Amino acid sequence: MSPAAVAVLAAAVRAGTPVLFATLGEIFAERSGVLNLGVEGMMLVGALAGFVTTVRTGHPWLGLLAAAAAGAALSLVHAVLSISLRANQIASGLALTIFGTGLSASLGRSYIGVPAAGFQPFPLPGLGDIPILGPMLFRQDALVYLSYALVAAAWYALYRTRWGLELRAVGERPEAADAMGVDVARVRYGCVAIGGVLAGVGGAYLSTAYTSMWIENMTAGRGWIAVALVIFATWDPLRAVLGAYLFGGVNALQLYLQASGTGLPVYLLLMAPYVFTMVVLVIATRGTVRRRLGTPAALSLSYSRDGG
Amino acid sequence: MCVGRRAPSRLAAAAAPIVSVLGALAAGAIVLAASGVNPLAAYGALVSEPFGSAFGWSETLVKAAPLVLTGLAVLLPARMRLWNIGAEGQLQCGAIAAAGVAVFTAAGRSPLAVPSILAAGMAAGAVWCLVPAVLRAVLAVNETITTLLMNYVALLLVDFLIYGPWQDPQGRGFPLSPVLPAPSRLPVLVPGTRIHLGVALALLAVPAVAAILTRTRWGFEIRVIGDNPDAARYAGMDLRRNIILVMAAAGALAGLAGAGEVSAVSGRLQQGLSPGYGYTGIIVAWLARLHPAATVLVAVLLGGLFLGGDALQISLHLPIAIVYMLQGLIFFFVLGGEQLARYGVCFRKRPAAAAEHRA
Repeated sequence: MSPAAVAVLAAAVRAGTPVLFATLGEIFAERSGVLNLGVEGMMLVGALAGFVTTVRTGHPWLGLLAAAAAGAALSLVHAVLSISLRANQIASGLALTIFGTGLSASLGRSYIGVPAAGFQPFPLPGLGDIPILGPMLFRQDALVYLSYALVAAAWYALYRTRWGLELRAVGERPEAADAMGVDVARVRYGCVAIGGVLAGVGGAYLSTAYTSMWIENMTAGRGWIAVALVIFATWDPLRAVLGAYLFGGVNALQLYLQASGTGLPVYLLLMAPYVFTMVVLVIATRGTVRRRLGTPAALSLSYSRDGG
Repeated sequence: MCVGRRAPSRLAAAAAPIVSVLGALAAGAIVLAASGVNPLAAYGALVSEPFGSAFGWSETLVKAAPLVLTGLAVLLPARMRLWNIGAEGQLQCGAIAAAGVAVFTAAGRSPLAVPSILAAGMAAGAVWCLVPAVLRAVLAVNETITTLLMNYVALLLVDFLIYGPWQDPQGRGFPLSPVLPAPSRLPVLVPGTRIHLGVALALLAVPAVAAILTRTRWGFEIRVIGDNPDAARYAGMDLRRNIILVMAAAGALAGLAGAGEVSAVSGRLQQGLSPGYGYTGIIVAWLARLHPAATVLVAVLLGGLFLGGDALQISLHLPIAIVYMLQGLIFFFVLGGEQLARYGVCFRKRPAAAAEHRA
């Protein structure tokens, strides 16, 4: 394989990583029955919080913590509205995205053009020397490695722990889970918060690892793409990896085509990730409709014991 | 905390939106103060600019017009439980088509220029919305995500045109299309202001949409499908056809807004044609509780907020993004306030019996 192809593959992993974090988080929220369309807003605020903290302290790991906290804080607004107050989940998520977009752009204005010392790539000893796979997967930055661990942890938590069983039950049959003694609201709050944390981390990846700068609206729809990839992934963490890296691949390829000067108009190349996501969504929808699998039965439905 | 059902109070229902907006402004003041801005000064400019003078009111109406149209573009599908989050992209496509017809065809310089560009804008908005509509109607693809994703594509299409084939040769390299010829500019209706034909058309669209919903068989089908899709199917109503028709109509409304903006306000295709009218349309529709007539009131309020935001940029050097932050807060508080007014709040502990099973 040519060095250019390997470089594109490595770039695909990097471009897919922020979306992977956000997709994993949204899988938890939706598995518990809460649709959160605020991913875009949480990613933006996470990106800003991570960037500002990294600039101020010089420690990208502190930035990551700040981004996770910011994402969690925003997600709790959605949780209060959609779980406790039983407001419309789509409307509440949209409000969150509008709010997060405005908040991050308002507070971040003085940080445009400021440099930050973010996460740097380092090869994993041994693994980094494997042909093709080494440069693609194991010469990345710490957050990419963290994402590998998170995929495994998410899969294990969902399918191999009692808590995972409970949260899946809450998303499928909340009344049955309640009768079994599971605190539906508590599980949902926890899962929405996980979604917020991971969206914040995904945002911080963009501003402290993928690039080391803050730009208004720098997520450019990645939060929405994550929501679409959750459907493509049929709510499964392992398939989320495939979706995120496919998205990353399209992104890396269009960047490569821009840089190699093929004469294709830049703005048409930039459309590729969005068009790709729509195509993927169509394919995924056909699959889930045909096989009747995936969608948590209680998704976007609020729950209360008296049925109201 | 939980919410429990109780007899709905008429007072609470009436007061909820007002209290919600005040709550949102209070929360916004905290954010502003935390970022080093004097909230009173900011809110002062935010209110006095749009509503403090006759000219301010006229400018507010100019901003409210596209919001009425995008609000209706969200409202109409929402009556069928479809979420059109793509009004922003449909608006941009309307602007592209209107500018294209005006600048590059003979129709743009003919006596029929104005109806031609308006029709082109509506058609383009409808076509843009048809993609997610057909995907939803035929393949059951989630329209929330597809309408939204197409916004990004539409904005890139504008960029492609104004940085590429449509760039003004006399524009010194700026990303602008040529200026629309005079016959293609919507006429100003009130001398001394910028109130243009598009404002009147937006206000006419309100009773038109209301009449469709309440007086026509099509509107009846929309409402039945929205209230009870199963009943509608048993009654023999064609869901697919209705999805496609409603979304096309919604796209046409947003496209009309785009045609109006490019022809009457900016005068050329350029970036920043809309400060997010399509997204704000979602809030307009929701705050209006999906009643067409109420969109006018909400659009004037939120249009005033945009105008005040412009004033903040100039007088206090604050970013326009503060407007979105406030819009998001208003949306949050209205959503929460509605639920509180409907259900009331009670604090109760989980019954012990349920907890015992777990042990």
